[in-house]
Amino acid sequence: MTPDPIVGTPTPRKEGRDKVNGRARYIDDIALPNMLYGATVRSRIPRGKIKNVKFGPGIAWDEYVKASAKDIPGENCIALIEKDQPCLADGIVNHPEEPILLLAHPGRHALAKAVAAVSIEYEAVPAVFTIDESLRREQIIWGADNILKSFHIEKGDVDSVWAKADYIVEGEYFTGAQEQLYIEPNGVIAEYDPIRGVTVWGSLQCPYYVHKALMVLFGLPEDKIRVVQMETGGAFGGKEEYPSMISGHAALLAMKSGRPVKIIYDRGEDMAATTKRHPSRTRHRTAVSKDGKILGGEIEFVVDGGAYLTLTPVVLSRGTIHASGPYYWPSIRVQGTAVATNAPPHGAFRGFGAPQCLFAIERHMDRIAGAVNLSPVEIRRRNFLKPGQTTATEQEIREPIDLTRLLDRALDHADYEEKRSRFKIANADENNQRKKGIGVAAFFHGAGFTGSGERKFGSVVGVDGLPDGRVRVLVSSTEMGQGTNTILCQIAAETLGLRYEDVEIAQPDTAEVPNSGPTVASRTAMVVGKLVASAALGLKKTLIAEGLLGETGSPEEFRRACKQYVSAHGKFRSLAKYEEPEGIYWDDQKFQGEAYATYSWAIYVAEVTADLATYSVTVDDFVALQEVGRVLNPVLARGQIIGGVAQGIGFALYEKVEWRHGRMQNSQMTNYIIPTSADVRSIRVYFEELGNKHGAFGAKGIGELPMDGPAPAVVNAAVDALKVQFDKVPLLPEDILDGVMRAISHEEEKRQPAGVR
Amino acid sequence: MTKRPGAKREISLIVNGEAKKVCAYPMARLLDVLRQDLGLTGTKEGCGEGECGACSVLMDGALVDSCLVPVAQAAGASVVTIEGVQQDARFRALSEAFLLNGGAQCGICTPGMMLAAIHLLEKTRTPSLDEIREGLSGNLCRCTGYIQILEAVADAARRCAIA
Repeated sequence: MTPDPIVGTPTPRKEGRDKVNGRARYIDDIALPNMLYGATVRSRIPRGKIKNVKFGPGIAWDEYVKASAKDIPGENCIALIEKDQPCLADGIVNHPEEPILLLAHPGRHALAKAVAAVSIEYEAVPAVFTIDESLRREQIIWGADNILKSFHIEKGDVDSVWAKADYIVEGEYFTGAQEQLYIEPNGVIAEYDPIRGVTVWGSLQCPYYVHKALMVLFGLPEDKIRVVQMETGGAFGGKEEYPSMISGHAALLAMKSGRPVKIIYDRGEDMAATTKRHPSRTRHRTAVSKDGKILGGEIEFVVDGGAYLTLTPVVLSRGTIHASGPYYWPSIRVQGTAVATNAPPHGAFRGFGAPQCLFAIERHMDRIAGAVNLSPVEIRRRNFLKPGQTTATEQEIREPIDLTRLLDRALDHADYEEKRSRFKIANADENNQRKKGIGVAAFFHGAGFTGSGERKFGSVVGVDGLPDGRVRVLVSSTEMGQGTNTILCQIAAETLGLRYEDVEIAQPDTAEVPNSGPTVASRTAMVVGKLVASAALGLKKTLIAEGLLGETGSPEEFRRACKQYVSAHGKFRSLAKYEEPEGIYWDDQKFQGEAYATYSWAIYVAEVTADLATYSVTVDDFVALQEVGRVLNPVLARGQIIGGVAQGIGFALYEKVEWRHGRMQNSQMTNYIIPTSADVRSIRVYFEELGNKHGAFGAKGIGELPMDGPAPAVVNAAVDALKVQFDKVPLLPEDILDGVMRAISHEEEKRQPAGVR
Repeated sequence: MTKRPGAKREISLIVNGEAKKVCAYPMARLLDVLRQDLGLTGTKEGCGEGECGACSVLMDGALVDSCLVPVAQAAGASVVTIEGVQQDARFRALSEAFLLNGGAQCGICTPGMMLAAIHLLEKTRTPSLDEIREGLSGNLCRCTGYIQILEAVADAARRCAIA
């Protein structure tokens, strides 16, 4: 008898019951006996030398535990790719939220006053706030030239195409910083014991990142650091790197005080001080034939990394590789550059460099369409990557993706052609103040780490057989709402022919689970999932080899066999380690080869209304069609897409970080606006499932993809509605007003006869 | 006990049907009293400024952001949190519907959403999608893009109407 399938079915979220009942335990729901609360004194200037720290009057300072850079037992850094970011500023500050001093007190509400009473005297040094200022190099704030990292892709002979081109189309595109705005702010509790070392419980994405950072900070061996992930109330990349900082701070205060210390950021601190999406500028110059074929082009992709390197090189590499979009370029040159500014470091946020460069290419494709006088749909059709062709990194597309068919299907769902002609007629009416538009974006997202990342990392997962015959999945991959717990249990259950209820997943705890890598890069379903399947299979093979189980055992037979094995041998664990698939070639230096084992592909269509009374754009309907290999859980997958699209609409239309001297000015939910239920009307989700050999049961990455397409689709639709070029997100009413006014004055200038002016 | 302004004082309120006495600063946030003094951690803090709705509770039947309510204001009031609705038929329908429809992802906004949804279903037995959208528009969610939450509430309303 074949058991009912589990993979591909909408099994309910593993930890869902606790979440809907309000019983799930987040970090701020935990209190340890004798615990102190910690807070951070930060720089108030963007760049300078610390001259003096004074503890002002009116505070009983002897009640407070203090920690500064001199208390750090190991290296004063947050070890990640480089060690350039200090845990606590030592003499100099490089951004206006840089941590300088830590305070702890038994009363949570006694901290704000004390933080405010610390006055720090600085000698300010000129600072750098924008990409342009950083590239001008009048002030060198990082390394020798302000360049955090650069990458170069060169394919074919770009220099020879300009002479052959019928059209040369240029464009410049900008994207702003974006705050992840998980609803649960960052927070941890740390404990320090002279013998056992440091233990941290926290809201975090990557337990082993924190583990590594604390080993360096405290100079302790790996078995003296333990990091445990609590239920995490959203992350989206925003709890990938900064939890290492907060954990370091809480652990230092715990060491100084000898008591557990909890640090929970309030919303303002979380928004201002922690990482946001890298602002970007992309310049395109494209040679196009008269029939709309791309002949070649140059792309210059620049991101603002903020004051320290953090994860910027990895964001930049993904951005550089995705900058060419899902199109065939006979020749191309992509220059990716990350520059330093005196702002808090920008970091991981769903999409990780791709939403920025894909906004640019997808706006640019519409601009090319206009130049060549083809429709936005036709220009894409004529240039789509096809199997057998190569990407910018000369990766041959071997999967049977048919983007033209995907496009046709999406247009059909969106009723694109009919709406386009209907809107054209309605918009022509000058009395109509509500202009309608429809826009398309085509894009792809590489699944898993870039290039040789997975091979170098070598993730490990485990599956345990338990004494009661059930099994437990052991991974450091975390649940943060996206569905890790559920899909990994589905994969193990299906592999072993067990019921979903027979599989549980361990709490990520570096003392208990192997390092399956960080929960990032849309790698969990594909890479970690495949390893879970192979570790689970290891259990089954052992039971078969021991003669305890036949090849096709029922769930009951498996449980009986597993129980027998455990009672005879004690521990029953199967581990699986990542092995690179054959035929993968990647050159880290030349940026050539298989940038990703596979890609997810998508066509999004946005329908908008641009209101000429309020200058606001609203999204009336959104079609999201994607090819993601195999959908492991249709309800969760749809939730990932809708949620990502909503964040993408926020990125496009609402979410603007207001900067002043490197500091976020609107660090409140009151004035940093994310979509509410009233802003999200219709988001229709469709899947194509081609499968894929690299992922568990054919899965590919899904989490980041939906962040990539909404901004260009929405802005292309706004351009269609208003016939004004917009090349920047977020596109706020003031930007629309400005664009419309510029277009009107441009028209009037054209109408004036020469000599009149 | 003398009542110096700003000093802690004893405040009586009804929480989830039980009479409670807490010793708190009058301006202490109801949210902190619930979470810290009474150990009711199902109510979450998202923003502390009444924007996100994660701390939603019912106070004398009204949906309020408990981060904005000084506990003195709740003296004598009846407060209902997520812990207090577990036996409520609407809550049971909602929790099943949230599980089936993908209404909870990270879960941090979920208790607040639940209370907002219960409040809505109390006023409107069979709300339209737009009424649900309106009823939950004070509760922010960053994971779901809302649609599966709206579908879950509609599903729960159907279940309640049948039952």
